[in-house]
Amino acid sequence: MIAFLIKRLMHAVLVMFVISIISFAIQDNLGDPLREMTGQAVSEAQREVMRDEMGLNDPFITQYLRFAGNALQGDLGNSYFYKQPATEVILKHLPATLELVMASSLIIILLSAPIGVFAAIRPRNWLSRLFMGTSIIGISVPVFLTAIVLIQLFAIGVTVDWFPSDTTWGSVLNGMLSTDGGMPSYGRGELVHVAGTWSSGFFTADGLWHLVLPAISLASIMLPLFIRLIRAEMMEVLQSDYIKFARAKGIGLKRIYFLHALKNTMLPVITVGGVQIGTMVAYTILTETVFQWPGMGLMFLEAITRSDIPLIVAYLMMVGVIFVITNTLVDLIYGLVNPTVKLAGKPA
Amino acid sequence: MALLEVNNLDVRFAMRGGEVRALRDVSFTLERGERLGIVGESGAGKSVAAFTILNLIAKPGYIAGGEIKFDGEVLNTLKPKAMQSIRGNRISMIFQDPMMTLNPVLTIGEQMIECLKAHRRISRKDARAIALHKLNQVFIPSPEKRLDQYPHELSGGMRQRIIIAIALLLDPDIIVADEPTTALDVTIQAEIMELLLLLCEKHNVGLILITHDLGVVSQVTQRTLVMYAGRVIEQGPTREIINDAQHPYTQGLINALPQMATPGSRLNQIRGSMPTLTKIPAGCAFNPRCDFAANICLEKVPAFAHSGNCKVACHMVDAMVAGERWTPIITDANGNGATPTDSHRTEVNA
Ligand SMILES: Nc1ncnc2c1ncn2[C@@H]1O[C@H](COP(=O)(O)OP(=O)(O)OP(=O)(O)O)[C@@H](O)[C@H]1O
Ligand code: SF4
Ligand SMILES: [Mg+2]
Repeated sequence: MIAFLIKRLMHAVLVMFVISIISFAIQDNLGDPLREMTGQAVSEAQREVMRDEMGLNDPFITQYLRFAGNALQGDLGNSYFYKQPATEVILKHLPATLELVMASSLIIILLSAPIGVFAAIRPRNWLSRLFMGTSIIGISVPVFLTAIVLIQLFAIGVTVDWFPSDTTWGSVLNGMLSTDGGMPSYGRGELVHVAGTWSSGFFTADGLWHLVLPAISLASIMLPLFIRLIRAEMMEVLQSDYIKFARAKGIGLKRIYFLHALKNTMLPVITVGGVQIGTMVAYTILTETVFQWPGMGLMFLEAITRSDIPLIVAYLMMVGVIFVITNTLVDLIYGLVNPTVKLAGKPA
Repeated sequence: MALLEVNNLDVRFAMRGGEVRALRDVSFTLERGERLGIVGESGAGKSVAAFTILNLIAKPGYIAGGEIKFDGEVLNTLKPKAMQSIRGNRISMIFQDPMMTLNPVLTIGEQMIECLKAHRRISRKDARAIALHKLNQVFIPSPEKRLDQYPHELSGGMRQRIIIAIALLLDPDIIVADEPTTALDVTIQAEIMELLLLLCEKHNVGLILITHDLGVVSQVTQRTLVMYAGRVIEQGPTREIINDAQHPYTQGLINALPQMATPGSRLNQIRGSMPTLTKIPAGCAFNPRCDFAANICLEKVPAFAHSGNCKVACHMVDAMVAGERWTPIITDANGNGATPTDSHRTEVNA
């Protein structure tokens, strides 16, 4: 276990090192901090003096080391727009994004396994075909489009009058195709302060209600992806000798599907899943923008339009940290499920 | 009545290009405690036969005809639950590749205990004790430790011992072993085979042993079944089949054994190869490769008929037994001798 954690830690250091170099290079190349800090009145000669004082004329390495040293202490500079430390701004926006990602992950985990398994063991069933068909659509439609459609259908509502409304059948059909709307599609709703910068929407009905559409949108690509992945893996596993042997032993189908087969199916799914959680953080940029969700993604997009470089850098570093943490967790879980991976400390 | 009775079994696979007939008119019996060998080239239908006995032929395969009678019950019409209670309990199976047979993510103990619990109302503790006892019977060193290990921690030979132990868990009447040693190291093959033989003898368990190895068949089994292209073409007491095969194909198999070859020269292989199941020649399926083929062999499927203690499916067997010589056997339109060629083949499935 210790060895595993040390290895992981070194891995994390390496990843963060690379990200910090990239971030610093961005900071170094995008814009001139002096322009943000000084007015027109300051002469070029004065600026040069200030540059010297601030160390902006030092060699790249010196500047990077200073940047890294500050970053290690949590100091990534002040956001130009918020006039606050960038780290603080990020931490303020982090909970909204994390809660959104968690809600989406929950949807994905709870739905993908049963649907994927069902589609694998009953490939010819009409329901399986329906799931497979819809999943293709889900994968191919971009997140922001899904989000807009969901908003139109369930927040704004649509009134269909394709059929003559003076007949009973016409009004019934119109009614069936129309939607009421009314679901929240803007912001996080009512929050409960939990601790520090963390205010949660998980504890009020209004907060949860506000999560529904954004979470579904964010899940709309990953869920079908996972369903298909689980189905494909499961179908392959079901062909294997150990499944046939389990049947030859007289084990019941339920146990074969949900223990023997599913456990083997989950191994590759966990690995892929870990990577995808990281990708989901990227998708939050789109979802949060469409739903005006006050998370890191929305903040990042705004920071870009405002050339708020310290905030951009802080965002990149934070995404790096999230990647490292999720990958470590995924590796841990994988090691627990797969007996051929030895985490020292686990009874062999 | 025999313990297991397979009558006129017909198994087909519904493939896109049409039906593949994997077993045709396969019949045999197994007495309590008897050991039967099934030999034949790759693709002859041995594994299909093995899985069919347990009613485990998966789609697109299906049993198109015939019956499997076990202890008075017809297995192929049994309800799924009833069939499930026979599998692993009264008839168990050993697979070819021990590296693939055990579930990699479950402990050995789990895989043994679940089998016991599937068939008996038994506590985990008692099940574990039985599992331990069986591991002892197959001479696994430090069995207590093995129960908590995963398959990848054990060698192939060790795993096959464990699989044998699983097959014996519920004291079955029959074990179907599909090439149980083929995937193992040559040095371990004999060990495993001996163990299997010993345990079957000791517990009076019937054994259906599928193998390519006639040597193993002669050491282990009392009766032998020779399969070719989905049919049984010869069966009888193993000793007679080995020493005095009647069917030309069986003779060819025995002649092809390394010990039959002159040292330093090539093995006496049967020329040609077994046809794929969709391209079986008309008449006797073996006719393109047979040195004794006559006109009738190209037209009529030989009946499976008694010949001494054996049953043989060959038109020429009476003549051969009588010691007649008969060349040329195949005549062309002018009455001249010819050897069977592709032009004699007709596609049965066309
Ligand atoms: N799942 C399947 N789908 C389609 N055809 C199959 C299937 N399984 C078996 N067959 C057909 O049945 C034939 C016999 O296969 P089988 O596995 O019984 O051969 P075998 O005698 O066990 O050969 P080997 O010595 O290689 O194990 C195959 O050649 C194939 O045509
Ligand atoms: S029936 Fe004819 S072709 Fe077939 S094995 Fe006998 S002699 Fe050969
Ligand atoms: Mg086989």
